[in-house]
Amino acid sequence: MRRPAFRLVLALSALALWASDGTQRSAAPTNSSERPEVPPPPFSEGIFPCSNCHAGMPVDRHRRELTAMHTDIVLKHDETHRWCLDCHDADNRDVLHLADGEKVPFDESYRLCGQCHGEKYRDWRAGVHGRRTGDWNGAKTYLLCVNCHNPHQPRFRALAPKPAPQPPTRTMK
Amino acid sequence: MVSRRLFTQTAAGAAAGMILTACGPKRLYEAPKDQLRARIAEMERKYTEQYGKEIDVSAAGPMPGVHFAYALDISRCIGCRRCVYACVAENNQSRDPQIHWIRVFEMEKEKGVDFSHADPYYNPAEVPEEGHFYIPVGCQQCENPPCTKVCPTGATWAEKDGIVVIDYDWCIGCRYCMAACPYGARHFNWTQPSVPENEINPNTHYLGNRPRPKGVVEKCTFCIQRTRNGRYPACVEVCPVGARKFGNVLDAASEIRYIIEHKRVLVLKEELNTVPRFFYFYAT
Repeated sequence: MRRPAFRLVLALSALALWASDGTQRSAAPTNSSERPEVPPPPFSEGIFPCSNCHAGMPVDRHRRELTAMHTDIVLKHDETHRWCLDCHDADNRDVLHLADGEKVPFDESYRLCGQCHGEKYRDWRAGVHGRRTGDWNGAKTYLLCVNCHNPHQPRFRALAPKPAPQPPTRTMK
Repeated sequence: MVSRRLFTQTAAGAAAGMILTACGPKRLYEAPKDQLRARIAEMERKYTEQYGKEIDVSAAGPMPGVHFAYALDISRCIGCRRCVYACVAENNQSRDPQIHWIRVFEMEKEKGVDFSHADPYYNPAEVPEEGHFYIPVGCQQCENPPCTKVCPTGATWAEKDGIVVIDYDWCIGCRYCMAACPYGARHFNWTQPSVPENEINPNTHYLGNRPRPKGVVEKCTFCIQRTRNGRYPACVEVCPVGARKFGNVLDAASEIRYIIEHKRVLVLKEELNTVPRFFYFYAT
């Protein structure tokens, strides 16, 4: 009586095994539909949402040096080819946009960075580029690109090293 | 009257009995569960009294299906030594005399990986220094460890999850293991180690960061007290450039596997056949 049902289960589980075997390797690191757990972007104090100031302002799409506001931002990130509105969106000031015009919120800015830095983006998704904290076998916290790299000057800044180890001494204490 | 023969036989029998029943502390995995629990309770009481705050000693064993491995990105490391001091704080290393489980070597890019010209005492205002790169070295957690083979008391061994550990109660301080280690990863407590009471890490492991006595050897344990709880080692979490990676090599989806399968990976002193579980790689 139960034999046909048992056979069906066997066949189904074999199928499941076969299917999972093929997809296993590529699943975790490169699945770009998953949204990783990220901290909030490191905005300067009181600067966000941008629309607080920009709401009623006319939009000037001409590439120029900013003199009235944001003079503290020095762009050293392929500055000969790009300026503010290549990443920031003029129609909705509170988001960024990709090269194809798709708007992305600031907490998904890694997608914007990944357009040019595809190799780093892939490594970051896999957990190889950037710092990761949490559990090696469970929940991990990623950092956004901009938590370590200032998007306007992305070069990693130098740090003061911690003290050098004491060299061995000849005399015992 | 006791004949000489009877005395000799009795004495020999008693000695054999002593050896067979292994008087004194039993090894970690040989001791019966309740005996081990009692010993750990006694240990916790002693440490708690010594440091004036509750110290927890775990004896968590290896997880099944887990083989730890570590990878360090040489192209990212800037030699800031954050890992060295995070390790000292996490693992209760002696502050004076100073013991560091991690040593960061500064090397010249022109010379490549060359330990004979490496400098661990570099101290510029800012790192990285022009024309230099950095290689932090700690225990390589070898699969074929020379250090455990020379131990005369069996006080050090490789666990099933790959961590090479030391039982401080069995270490007699002969330092054979230090001579055998080709990486300088083992350190000796020449005096009673000193850790300030307010800086002691109370989450300890029997085979790891519990307070050590004078006269024993100690080393990196991949933060056994953290990693057997699922957490990353302290050095991984503190590294500001994210150069340190850790995980289970048996897990095909882990970042460590991704590195080994996709990046240029090397181990130190491969020719010695120590088979390190600590990999260095170039992500770029």
